Amino acid sequence: MSILVNKNTKVLVQGITGSAGSFHAKQCLAYGTQVVGGCTPNRGGETFSGEGPGGKAISIPVFDTVAEAVKQTGADTSCIFVPALGAADAILEAVDAGCKLVICITEGIPVTDMIRVRRSIEGKPVRLVGPNCPGVITPGECKIGIMPGHIHRTGKIGVVSRSGTLTYEAVGQLTALGLGQSTCVGIGGDPVAGLDFVDVLKLFNEDEGTQAVMMMGEIGGNAEERAAEYIKAHMKKPVAGFIAGATAPPGKRMGHAGAIISGGKGTAKDKIAALTAAGVRMSPSPAEMGATLKSLL
Amino acid sequence: MKIHEYQGKQLFAKYGVAVPKGQACFTVDEAEKAAEKLIAEGSPVVVVKAQIHAGGRGKGGGVKVVKDGAKAARAVAEKILGMQLITHQTGPEGQKVKRLYVEQGIEIARELYLGLVVDRETRKIAVMASTEGGVEIEKVAEETPEKILIEFVDPTVGLAGYQARKLAYGLEVGKGTPDPKATNAEFVKMVTKLAELFEKEDCSLCEVNPLIITKQGKVIAGDSKINFDDNAAGRHKDWDSLLDKDEEDPVELEAKDAGLSYVSLDGDIGCLVNGAGLAMATMDIIKHHGGNPANFLDVGGGATKDQVTKAFTMILSSPKVKGIFVNIFGGIMKCDVIAEGVVAATRELGLKVPLVVRLEGTNVELGKKILSESGLAIQAADSMADGAKKIVLATKAA
Repeated sequence: MSILVNKNTKVLVQGITGSAGSFHAKQCLAYGTQVVGGCTPNRGGETFSGEGPGGKAISIPVFDTVAEAVKQTGADTSCIFVPALGAADAILEAVDAGCKLVICITEGIPVTDMIRVRRSIEGKPVRLVGPNCPGVITPGECKIGIMPGHIHRTGKIGVVSRSGTLTYEAVGQLTALGLGQSTCVGIGGDPVAGLDFVDVLKLFNEDEGTQAVMMMGEIGGNAEERAAEYIKAHMKKPVAGFIAGATAPPGKRMGHAGAIISGGKGTAKDKIAALTAAGVRMSPSPAEMGATLKSLL
Repeated sequence: MKIHEYQGKQLFAKYGVAVPKGQACFTVDEAEKAAEKLIAEGSPVVVVKAQIHAGGRGKGGGVKVVKDGAKAARAVAEKILGMQLITHQTGPEGQKVKRLYVEQGIEIARELYLGLVVDRETRKIAVMASTEGGVEIEKVAEETPEKILIEFVDPTVGLAGYQARKLAYGLEVGKGTPDPKATNAEFVKMVTKLAELFEKEDCSLCEVNPLIITKQGKVIAGDSKINFDDNAAGRHKDWDSLLDKDEEDPVELEAKDAGLSYVSLDGDIGCLVNGAGLAMATMDIIKHHGGNPANFLDVGGGATKDQVTKAFTMILSSPKVKGIFVNIFGGIMKCDVIAEGVVAATRELGLKVPLVVRLEGTNVELGKKILSESGLAIQAADSMADGAKKIVLATKAA
C-alpha cells in the first residue's frame, strides 16, 4: 500500500523535450515508472526514447497538448518540468485535461501565478504536489520526479518534506537503519503550493501501508503549526520530525522562496514547540532523523 | 528585491495612488533646488528624507521637516547625505545615506496603516488596514490584533469594491473630515489601485505607513515600502534599473549573478551544500556541534562545474572563513561536478584552511576519486554528523 502513486500510475511528462524533462523522464522510465507520454507545444508527433529496467528500449509519443496526450495514452498523472514563467499555465492545462494528480517540479514560479492556480483548481478533482519539489516516490513501484531512486527501499514509513535534498538525507538514514518507505512526498519550498503537510498526513493516516511518518519542515509560514494541530487532534500513527533553519537569520530568504522568517513569525523554535506539544518526536539534529523515527516503533 | 521609498512612490503615481510631490536627489545642490521648486509651487514646508531600504529612518535621524526655506533644507541635506544611518533594521554599523528624497510637507490630520502581503494560509493577497499608522505593524499585531482589519483578494476578480468600503468604514476614514463621503471614496480608490499594483508588479510586500488623511480630507501615501517577488524578475525588465547595489551585500549580489543562493552569516565555517533544506540543516548541525556557520550557500540541483567553482571561490576568498564544510547529497547534482569545481577553485586560490568533504549520491565514487587524486588536504566524512564534528574540531584547532 502507498499514497498518491503506485505501479498502476500512468504518467505524462510536460516539458519532456527540455534538458531537465528528458533527463528525468529517462530516469523515471529506468526506475520502472509507467511514463506513457510527453507533451511539448509544437513538438507533437515526435517520439521520446528511453530504457526501462534492465535496459529494455521504450518509445513514447510526444503531444502538442495535454488533452490529446491524456486521450491517446490514458495518463492520469502529470509531471511538470516546464520553465518557471510557463509552469502555472502547464499546471492549469494538466488539470483541465483531467489529470487527477499533478506534480510540478519547476522552481521559481512567481507567487501571484500560484495564487491564481490555487484559486482556479479549488473544488476540482485534482491533487497538486509542488511546485519547487522533488516529486513523489512509492519505492519499488513508481518514481515521479528528480529524487535518486536507489536510496529508497519498500517499507512502511511515510515521508513528507518541504525540502528535496534534506528528504534524501532522511531517506538515506531510514534505509540505512533498515526502515523502508511506503511513499515519500516532497511538498516543495514555495510559499503558495499544492498539498501541504496536513493533506499528506491525512493520506498517511488512512493508508494501511504506512506505520509511522517522518516529516521535515523548515522556517517560514505556519504549515508546520497547522500540521501540529491536525496531528494532535487526529493522527493515529507516530510521527517524527525535524525543522531546518534553527540558525537562519530573520528577514533573509534561505534558498527556498518560502523559507523566510518575517515579522518574527515562522521561526524554527515556534514550529518545534508546536510539533513537540502535539506529540511529535523531534530530531535534535539532522543527522538523527532516522534514529528518532526508529525510536518510535 | 527591495526598492527605495521614492521609487515606490513613482510606481504609486503610475497607478493613480496619491503621493506628495517630491524629487529624488543625489547631491546637496539637487536637494536645495528641489526644495526651492516645492516652495515656489506653494509648499512652504518640505521634508528631507534619507533613502535607505531599512525601516525606522525617522527615529534614526534620517527624516527632517524643514520650515525655513531652501537654504535650511540644504543644511539638513548636508547633515543627512553621507551619514551612517542607524536604525533597528540596519544593524549597529548602520547604512550610508547616498540618496535623498525632498518632498512637499503635508498637513496631517490622521495617520493610518495599509499593507498588502501574500497570506500563505489562505493562498491569497491579504490587505491589512489599521488605525495605528506610523508605528510598526508587527507591534500592533502582537499587542492589539483587533486593531488590524484584513480582507483577502480573490485573484479571479481582484479586490471587490465592498471589501475596500468595509476597510474604509471600519477605520472610520471619513470621520472628522470636511467631506467624509469624498474621503471614503479616495481611500477606496487607493486600496483598489494598490491591490492592482501588487498583482501586476509582482510584489511580495507593499506597505503604506503612514497612510495620511490630511486636514482637508485628502488621502495620501506618506511612505512606500515595496518588495518584489524575485521569482518574477524574468517578466519585469525594469527591475534592473530599480536595484540599488549599495543596499545589497556585495557577496550576495555576486552569488545571485552566478545563479547561486547565498546568505552571509557571522560565523567562521564556510558551507557549500546542494539544496536549500540541506543547506539550512548543515548550518544547524554545525551549530549543534559547537561551531558557527559563515554562510548559507545552496548551489542548487543542477549547478555546473563553473558555478561550483564560483561558489567555492567565494568561500575561499572570504577572510572570515577558518574552515570549509562541503556537504552534498547528490540527487540531480552529480558528485563529480562538485569535486571538479572544488579542485578548480582551489588550484586558483590555494587552500589555507581545513576542508571537510562529505559526498553522497550520484557518481559518488568518481567524485571521491577526483578529490583524492587532486592531492589536496581534504578530510573525507562518512556522514553529515561526522563531517560537522570534523570541521568544528579542525576550525577550533586552526
